[in-house]
Amino acid sequence: MSTGTPMGGASESQARADELVDETTKPSRLRGLSEWWNHLPRVAQWGFLLIAVAAAFALPLVNIPLITTEPGNNWPLATAEMARYALVAIGLNVVVGQAGLLDLGYVGFFAVGAYVAALWTSPDSTMVHIPYLLTLPLAAMVTVVFGVLLGIPTLRLRGDYLAIVTLGFGEIIRLLATIIPALKGQVGFQQVGRPPGENADGNPVFANSEGAPWYWLTLTVIIVVMIALGNLERSRVGRNWIALREDEDAAEIMGVPTFRYKLWAFGIGAALGGGAGAIAAGQIGFVNNQRFDVQMSIMFLVAVVLGGQGNKFGAIIGGALVAYIPLRFTAIAEYKYLIFGAVLVVLMIFRPQGLFGKRPHLLTFERRAHKRIANLADAPTSAPAAKEAGQ
Amino acid sequence: MTDQASSPSTPKPDAPPPLDSEVAQLAAAEREIAVDVGDKLVEIQDLTVRFGGLTALDSVTFDIKRGEILGLIGPNGAGKTTCFNAMTGVYRPSSGQVLLEGEPIGRSKQHKITRRGIARTFQNVRLFGEMTALENVVVGLDARHKVGVWGSLFRTPRLYREEKSAIDRGMALLEFVGIADKAAVQASALPYGYQRRLEIARALATDPKLLCLDEPAAGFNPAEKEELMQLIRTIRADGYTVLLIEHDMRLVMGVTDRIVVLEFGKKIADGLPKDIRNDPTVIAAYLGEED
Repeated sequence: MSTGTPMGGASESQARADELVDETTKPSRLRGLSEWWNHLPRVAQWGFLLIAVAAAFALPLVNIPLITTEPGNNWPLATAEMARYALVAIGLNVVVGQAGLLDLGYVGFFAVGAYVAALWTSPDSTMVHIPYLLTLPLAAMVTVVFGVLLGIPTLRLRGDYLAIVTLGFGEIIRLLATIIPALKGQVGFQQVGRPPGENADGNPVFANSEGAPWYWLTLTVIIVVMIALGNLERSRVGRNWIALREDEDAAEIMGVPTFRYKLWAFGIGAALGGGAGAIAAGQIGFVNNQRFDVQMSIMFLVAVVLGGQGNKFGAIIGGALVAYIPLRFTAIAEYKYLIFGAVLVVLMIFRPQGLFGKRPHLLTFERRAHKRIANLADAPTSAPAAKEAGQ
Repeated sequence: MTDQASSPSTPKPDAPPPLDSEVAQLAAAEREIAVDVGDKLVEIQDLTVRFGGLTALDSVTFDIKRGEILGLIGPNGAGKTTCFNAMTGVYRPSSGQVLLEGEPIGRSKQHKITRRGIARTFQNVRLFGEMTALENVVVGLDARHKVGVWGSLFRTPRLYREEKSAIDRGMALLEFVGIADKAAVQASALPYGYQRRLEIARALATDPKLLCLDEPAAGFNPAEKEELMQLIRTIRADGYTVLLIEHDMRLVMGVTDRIVVLEFGKKIADGLPKDIRNDPTVIAAYLGEED
């Protein structure tokens, strides 16, 4: 963890290696879900995904006993927070899980995004005011600038050193919010903007107390982001990220412009963190310097590690769980650091790859590749070079 | 001792016409295969590398000719790997320079040097362990791919073209080194000998003019060494130039066209394998001086 490298264990590597190659000798329990999923026709995969998305959209409306966070916390508001954490975890997963850059100051980007939304929409701010929805892309752009400014000098560092510098960055952002008069310290900004629209009763659709619309907004952003990141993953970009995570020197020597791809990972991660920050600012309606501390960075990191580093679906689940557990079990909420710490220790011992350790696909034509490999297996004499070399 | 003066006498390697060869066509269809064997591909001029007070390489000068297999040998600590690292941009030379096709490599970044045509393998295997064998090779192929973040994001036609050809070329390269049936196996789970072969395939995937192999036979048994020699010959026959660092004298003598010997960072010999074998300086370097 200290070096930001993936935590895949040897046994797990073996299990993955056997996938698709040696199906006959592989224990059936290891084939499981991913095997089944990979062998589904594409139409069926899309069908299941649609059902999953529909179910996800229905989440704030179905208030299931035992699962719901009520009466302690309003359920739709809880789902909104879960979605927000999921978005943050997806962004941090690009940085930590895919590119292997341990970022302990991710809350800094979240804070920048929140302040962008506040500065451009709150009546407490003297800045030019713009519609709230425009602050989402603006927050993403501003945080990319912050990410690149932080990344250019620091991405030459590795592992622990990078972690320490990013830790410092998170603190610097928090302290700047305190000492720069225009950012109004603890007083903060009230009445941060919201998306337009009113209900029949005249109340705004995106009221601060209404969780569901905010949840749907966040979920929509998440879906767009997932498609975009999926495209990046199954291409040169995803491969280069994993390569530099696995062995940075070897990647560079194999022609990967490592610095540029680290910067991309950092920038993309920052943009998603900033976007999530802007959404949080809008939903809560209030931004001050009190919420962006190191603990929050650590919770974001817990979300990524819990879900499974490098797996974006895992990041969603991890993020949602990290938000959900303290809201559901309010009695233990104040011990959440203790509990998540213990959970992580247990997880590292028994399942170091996280809940969803499955490695992402890295080839656009994965199926084509598997077909070719399968054809090889059918024709055992199809490795002439091996024989030739073995003469 | 022989030096530059002996190089014109180097026999032209008996390479079959590279245009017929299979892997060159499959793995690098667009590649311009230089057939004029014998002109200088790489010139290493007065190359010096110092680490603090230690001079690891002391004004070493030699050439690598197009289409040859050049062996770089020497006792432990002679500076062989340092020389490799200086050529591939891992270390900056303290003085002297490396020319690739007459152009200095200078202070180029490592990935740019790779794109200019120098690829290498590592003394200790350094694959991307979490990736499959095929994905490892495709990372090498990516060195020649043009599509970037935006192209990948918006799935441009070029991306589809590159990705499709990457599968075919990657599989062809794996077939060439004889491990195509393990294409979907994670690199870290491959047997050691396969990992070494995969490293060679990954290096070839970058479409190099010069392939540098750093002790590729380390840890191999005689049968595997024999296979490796055959593989290196096949690679050369396909029009690649090979620089080989190796400890195993039998392998070096058996496969190389010419040998450069280093000792304590200095070049002590440069010539045909049969001359090197009988060179008193080389024998002294390996076995020690007679009192």
